[in-house]
Amino acid sequence: MLQDIVSTGKKATRDGFGAGLLEVGRNNPDVVALCADLVGSLKMQDFIDEFPERFFQVGISEANMMGIAAGLATSGKIPYTGTFANFSTGRVYDQLRQSIAYSHKNVKVCASHAGLTLGEDGATHQILEDIGMTKMLPGFTVINPCDYNQTKAATIAIAEHEGPVYLRFGRPGWPIFTPEDQTFEIGKALHLAEGSDVSIFATGHMVWQSVEAAKELAKEGISVDLINIHTIKPLDEAAVLTSLAKTGCAVTAEEHQIAGGLGGSIAQLAANKQPVPLEFVGVNDSFGESGKPIDLLNKYGLGVSDVVAAVKRVLDRT
Amino acid sequence: MASIQELERIASQVRRDIIRQTHYAASGHPGGSLGCTDLLVALYFDVLKHDPSFNMSGKEEDMFFLSNGHISPVWYSVLARSGYFPVEELNTFRQIDSRLQGHPATHEGLPGIRVASGSLGQGLSIAIGAALAKKLNKDDSTIYCLCGDGELQEGQIWEAVLFANHHKVDNLIAIVDWNGQQIDGPNDDVITLGDLPAKWDAFGWTVLHMNGNDMREVIDVLAKAKAATGSGQPVVILMKTEMGYGVDFMQGTHKWHGKAPNAEQTEQALAQLEETLGDFPERQ
Repeated sequence: MLQDIVSTGKKATRDGFGAGLLEVGRNNPDVVALCADLVGSLKMQDFIDEFPERFFQVGISEANMMGIAAGLATSGKIPYTGTFANFSTGRVYDQLRQSIAYSHKNVKVCASHAGLTLGEDGATHQILEDIGMTKMLPGFTVINPCDYNQTKAATIAIAEHEGPVYLRFGRPGWPIFTPEDQTFEIGKALHLAEGSDVSIFATGHMVWQSVEAAKELAKEGISVDLINIHTIKPLDEAAVLTSLAKTGCAVTAEEHQIAGGLGGSIAQLAANKQPVPLEFVGVNDSFGESGKPIDLLNKYGLGVSDVVAAVKRVLDRT
Repeated sequence: MASIQELERIASQVRRDIIRQTHYAASGHPGGSLGCTDLLVALYFDVLKHDPSFNMSGKEEDMFFLSNGHISPVWYSVLARSGYFPVEELNTFRQIDSRLQGHPATHEGLPGIRVASGSLGQGLSIAIGAALAKKLNKDDSTIYCLCGDGELQEGQIWEAVLFANHHKVDNLIAIVDWNGQQIDGPNDDVITLGDLPAKWDAFGWTVLHMNGNDMREVIDVLAKAKAATGSGQPVVILMKTEMGYGVDFMQGTHKWHGKAPNAEQTEQALAQLEETLGDFPERQ
């Protein structure tokens, strides 16, 4: 039930990564970690304290880090690389492509500070193209969990998946609203609320924004079928199509460029299998800027009111 | 232990394979392949502890990584001739549906290849990762990585060079094919590499020199390099070679970096290289 989805407090998704890394390190001796001079930001210190010999400080050399990770994976290790999302993708795209994706290396590219909510550091660091870049690489799995608990669970789950993974998370404290100690199933969308008028497919921080939007819409008698697409690739096509069959229209919501992100994946699926009106909440072909996370989301069209407005637009088209 | 004479005989056949692969493909990179033939023959037929039945993780094996992937013809020939896959398969080089891609790849499952290379500058980092894994696994075998000299213009190489020193990756032997040539001409005309020995030394590596086209010296220096491992420093061999070595009209020029010989040139080249192990069959 929508009304049962409530925040139990705030923590950053990157803290969920740190907690998950420690736990998966305890469970799996093959897990090793690398960081490019951002241990504090990535919350990797607990892992380092417990497994110093399984951690490699690479310094400010992300391309080298991706290569070393590929080499470790070649020999059967499960490397988790940690740096900002910008430096995990755009800066090292050719390394991801040749040394990891094309070479089928079991590397977990763990990327913090994704999107606008990185905040004050501004557009140089606010990558909004990373989902697009990684989802285009054959064989890559792309995951963008929505809160602390889910990020922790995802961090643990990806060790069991053979193949390269892009795990995207963020900097700010963010509402926690999914269960503690959940089991994370890669590629299995989560149905958060049953509705009949419109589907919302949301990922990452925008899942909470969509929860709030759905609650507002409920007050106006609009019933939202709300789905958390934590795995953008492989997309849970069955879940998307089932929802579209029920509602006949949808809004996608992501902290990413509209072009090339979750919205693009949903639109492609809908165009092929079930054409319906769609609206896209995301950044519209623009860079971000410095500011507080919530202010930035509002300014760039990713606020709760923007999700509400997109729902109304799409309903008008049905 | 193979004798120098045996290794030289194998090298002659490998050079024939390089000429014939690139000729039939009408593309590929014979120059650097010919220059590095003696090194790869020495590694695969004498130095490396390796298993041609091939497993990816290479546990308890020495591992070789080719960072300058464009010299794939020499690697394919040496892998085939040492039993990783049938020699006949060399005639599929650069053809559709082949495991012998223009640049080495794991994607088609070719035994002997552990990571794709071709986009330059990435192999040394990968070799370091493999070397770190060996240390974690308490496996005392050695990692070898060949890089081109022009490739040293890539920044990632120097990131890796810094790392290997800092983390004392001393189970690693990097080899630089110092032929002084790259696609657009001599290194010194493109972007000079300057005093390479001083640079590697300043980065904390043990630096060895080698004439890469003298089989006896190759074997001797590879032994010295192996002896220098385990000392807390990574090891680099600055290997002087001549691009195109073994074929007079290809030797010492960048012009055969990425150009295949035509029928007449192929005949002329093969006349200079003894067929010692039997040529692979021409593609029908």
